[in-house]
Amino acid sequence: MSLTTTSLTIAGRTFRSRLMLGTGKFSSGELMRDALASSGCEIVTVALRRADLTGKKDPFANILDYIPQDRYLLLPNTSGAMNAEEAVRLARLAVAAGLPNWVKLEIHPDPRYLLPDPVETFKAAEILVKEGFIVLPYINADPVLAKRLQDIGTATVMPLGSPIGSHQGITTRRQIEIIIEQATVPVVVDAGIGVPSHAAEAMEMGADAVLVNTAIAVAADPVRMGQAFHAAVEAGRAAYEIGVANATENASATSPLAAFLGTAE
Amino acid sequence: MSFVETFNALPVRKSPLLRKLLSLLEPKSPRQLEAMAAEAATLTRQHFGRTMRLFAPLYLSNECVNNCAYCGFSRDNPIFRVTLTMDQVIKEAKHLTGLGFRHILLVAGEHPKFVSNGYLEECIRVLKPFVPTIGIEVGPTEQPEYARMVNEGAEGLVVYQETYDRTAYQEYHTMGPKRDFDWRLECPERGYAGGFRRMGLGALLGLADWKTEALGLAAHLEYMQNHGWKASYTIAFPRLRPAAGGFQPKYPVDDARFIQLLCAFRLCFPQVGIVMSTRESAALRDALIPIGITTMSAGSHTEPGGYTGQGREDLHLTVRGRRVELAEHKPEDEATGQFDISDHRSPEEIAAVLSKRGFDPVWKDWDEAILSN
Repeated sequence: MSLTTTSLTIAGRTFRSRLMLGTGKFSSGELMRDALASSGCEIVTVALRRADLTGKKDPFANILDYIPQDRYLLLPNTSGAMNAEEAVRLARLAVAAGLPNWVKLEIHPDPRYLLPDPVETFKAAEILVKEGFIVLPYINADPVLAKRLQDIGTATVMPLGSPIGSHQGITTRRQIEIIIEQATVPVVVDAGIGVPSHAAEAMEMGADAVLVNTAIAVAADPVRMGQAFHAAVEAGRAAYEIGVANATENASATSPLAAFLGTAE
Repeated sequence: MSFVETFNALPVRKSPLLRKLLSLLEPKSPRQLEAMAAEAATLTRQHFGRTMRLFAPLYLSNECVNNCAYCGFSRDNPIFRVTLTMDQVIKEAKHLTGLGFRHILLVAGEHPKFVSNGYLEECIRVLKPFVPTIGIEVGPTEQPEYARMVNEGAEGLVVYQETYDRTAYQEYHTMGPKRDFDWRLECPERGYAGGFRRMGLGALLGLADWKTEALGLAAHLEYMQNHGWKASYTIAFPRLRPAAGGFQPKYPVDDARFIQLLCAFRLCFPQVGIVMSTRESAALRDALIPIGITTMSAGSHTEPGGYTGQGREDLHLTVRGRRVELAEHKPEDEATGQFDISDHRSPEEIAAVLSKRGFDPVWKDWDEAILSN
């Protein structure tokens, strides 16, 4: 059974799934392909540095062969770029190699925590938006940066829940709540989502989508874990659309007014 | 201010991370070691996934001005020497890319006459069009020279301190510019300033007490992570192998200690890559695949021209910096290697073993096009 939820629209393109997948860390291309399928995702990001951009169909760099482009929107990412100039160059190369003009803009010069560089990301976003790219920037959960990026025309903002691959969940919750509250473009929570409940949590908060990679790629059974995330994202989104009750400090009777009026049975 | 000050203060000043490392190197029961290995495996999987990066060394020259007691290339070893020409370098590299490698590490002895810096830059320039990732492992040099190599397209620099025991270092390095311990110790800083973005640090195991090596390497890594925050780091602790000169390590490290060391580094530095070369046996390398190794070489040759027989016609001896022709030259003669390798399996075989064990062999993990230069 699949829950009915509203669809997601990014830059005028509509997606049924609100789960995006990354393609790193899988034990084989075949397993990655199967996990993508089981997760129901429609947007798949791939690191350009792992792909062959020369058009020579390098059999030793054939990650793209496992992502049928009639089935998924391939979202090239600029991982490996350390500054705006490099990220822009990579995005242009991807288009020249026949990939979509969508780009997940990732600039993380710090290889230890892979935290995004806000200054370089903003600079690159400005250039790429002007050149007509659909830009999905990976950022720290900084509400002002998120607004600044929306102002210059990025298609989404992608704040991190916690560092990439950390499995810590939504440790930036308060900041992401502000980003969602103020957003005029879809908010995609990216990074740090370690278990399906983290994904559900982000969706319940009102995030428009989540991006998951490590948690699925390194699971003992990535195909089933893909299904688990699919279910969690749907559940979280449905709950958000239905309206999640606010948490309160005190217990409350289920019919407090009836008890007061003496009409309770 | 450089790492030298931090290093010199190590006996009295150790960070919490270094204290943690030392406690992990205390004697452990087999059960405790198992637990460390399990935790190391989990961390490795989390940060590096079910993947293994592959690379191959390409030896350019075995000329050297240094005498290092443990190294086959030592100046005074009467070995067959050669420095490959550009055509020969290209042939060797084409052979390696044909096998699948997209990451090649250029290795050379230290010799101002045969391996001048212009030579290395030229090697990088001719390989760049068809090799996505080029690393360098050569004698330490100045920052502007590193910058020139980066400009040509090199992105990785490997420089092992050999031993972090200052006294032992003097004992093993008896001749040549390599005698300067601090000059070598500051090399990663100069490389970082020169623009390298992947940096390999390491210590050879067997020259001094293993805990001294571990502490020095960890301190170096911690310092570089903080002072060179944009580079990604790998570490290696190669155990000495038989080589020309017949050196016997005074401080051999057995397999159990070796694995403990690997696990301890993984637990202290979860995001740092660990490189294991073909110096180690096939059995050990296979056993350690899931525990903490992230990068492996395969099918390596440690002699210039070793993959395709390039340069055989030019073999000679070098005496006091001068070329001396061989008295007798047999066609099957080849340049002398730096050390004997232990895992002789082909890259294809290694890739098959990795796949069978649930690890994706990653040949290409970088694109030269990313570089700004």
